[in-house]
Amino acid sequence: MGFNRQVVIAGVYEHPTRWAPDKTMFQIHAESARGALQDAGLSIKDVDGYFTSGVGPIGVLSMAEHLNLQPRYLDSTSIGGSSFVAHVTHAAAAIAAGLCEVALITYGSTASSERFAVGTGGGFAGDPPDHFEAAFGPTVLGSYALVAQRHMHEFGTTSEQLAEIAVTIRRHASLNPVAKFRDPITLEDVLASRIVSSPLHLLDCCIISDGGGAIVVTSAGRARDLAKRPVYVLGGSEACCHTSMGMRDLTDMAARQSGPRAMAMAGVTHADVDMCMIYDSFTITVLETLENLGFCKKGEGGAFVQNGRIGLGGELPINTDGGGLSSNHPGMRGIFLVIEATKQLRGECGSRQVKDCEIALCHGTGGTLGLRHSGATLVLGKG
Amino acid sequence: MPEDKKYKKALPRIDEESKGFWEACQRHELYVQQCRACGARRYYPRALCPACLSDDTEWVLSSGRGTVYTYTVTYQNQAAGFRDELPYVLAYVELAEGVRLLTNIVGCAPEDVKIGMPVQVSFDAVTPEVTLPKFKPV
Repeated sequence: MGFNRQVVIAGVYEHPTRWAPDKTMFQIHAESARGALQDAGLSIKDVDGYFTSGVGPIGVLSMAEHLNLQPRYLDSTSIGGSSFVAHVTHAAAAIAAGLCEVALITYGSTASSERFAVGTGGGFAGDPPDHFEAAFGPTVLGSYALVAQRHMHEFGTTSEQLAEIAVTIRRHASLNPVAKFRDPITLEDVLASRIVSSPLHLLDCCIISDGGGAIVVTSAGRARDLAKRPVYVLGGSEACCHTSMGMRDLTDMAARQSGPRAMAMAGVTHADVDMCMIYDSFTITVLETLENLGFCKKGEGGAFVQNGRIGLGGELPINTDGGGLSSNHPGMRGIFLVIEATKQLRGECGSRQVKDCEIALCHGTGGTLGLRHSGATLVLGKG
Repeated sequence: MPEDKKYKKALPRIDEESKGFWEACQRHELYVQQCRACGARRYYPRALCPACLSDDTEWVLSSGRGTVYTYTVTYQNQAAGFRDELPYVLAYVELAEGVRLLTNIVGCAPEDVKIGMPVQVSFDAVTPEVTLPKFKPV
């Protein structure tokens, strides 16, 4: 089973804004939709499948109204920042099953200009598990810090190794003209930044920005006469990971399940992957994801990210756009993973282009790593 | 009560599935659940065993002893109440009964907390209705 090269990404658009006090969230969605449809050479009237998240419980209906869409397939899967990665797989399945033909996925957020404390606001969903957690003060950031502390304890991972991830991704951001933070940083800068929730320093954390983006997914047949060279959706899978009745090993991630399934569906091995887009909410997210996806063994992530391996020109370049750590993070970053991977596979990335890029893997992590999180893996191939 | 003395942090909702647990905390007793059908232990408490969906549940009195599985010293949290009491230690404690629970480590300096450190439950009656199971070094 699989998509058999019958489903493609035909258009992508990353909204260039990082600070948009003059725009609404819905406007950013609409501008992103316009950008992705123009990129594909399609019209809003062609859209018959619509996907979004982060707009409230039935916000997908409000967005459909705002864009005056009449889709025959709707999906508002909300599993945190990874949602948009999962949307691509869901869109591919819907297209393969004939439920729709032109799927539009949009995202928009004004988290930064609204001064929304994404990581340290102490959000409280009010579901049963929250009632055994919220009283003790877990922040989003703190839940990732719990994992980092355990990883350091079990495997000897160091703050310097985590800092290497932030430094590498900032170097990539310096090559992206729209990245929010472009000035290079050093290991010392990361280690000297204040500790927000031990052992994570400020520069181990993603930034907060405004932003948005959109993706158009369609059938390979429909894409044949469109504007851009299509990118194949080769495989996708998702998983979730929670406290497992109080028994969970915090060094296990959802990526451990979704990664191998997506790669098997795509028929690729680790050696085939030319670049990865890894959700970098925090440096520890990247390190644990690389381990759980199987690019190295558990506990070896610290050494794996050193010596340039994950930088441009290295064995496995990641987050070439500058990631959430330096380019943009409006609260839910999954869509940007897919947009950058698509641009890499089309060869559109200029000075940050990965040479001979034929297979890209995206992995989104949503929610809170140490409490409940989702993982969505997507494997894309050059058209 | 004057506004500045009110307890401002998030409080658990005590409902049909959880009231046995919270009432026991008020008596300074910590319970975990065990399924009588399949034997699986679980935390947090809930009506049905997720392993086999049986609702034949035994409440097992915990020794209150455990070790720190992991922790983080929180220096920033904008949420009401917590922002006034920084830094504080958020931790998972692994109970002798085999389950891990999210809690706070109290009764020592944050920098003295270590993974593997033996701890003992320390009940904190934060409101007349809610007593929270926190942990302190043994």
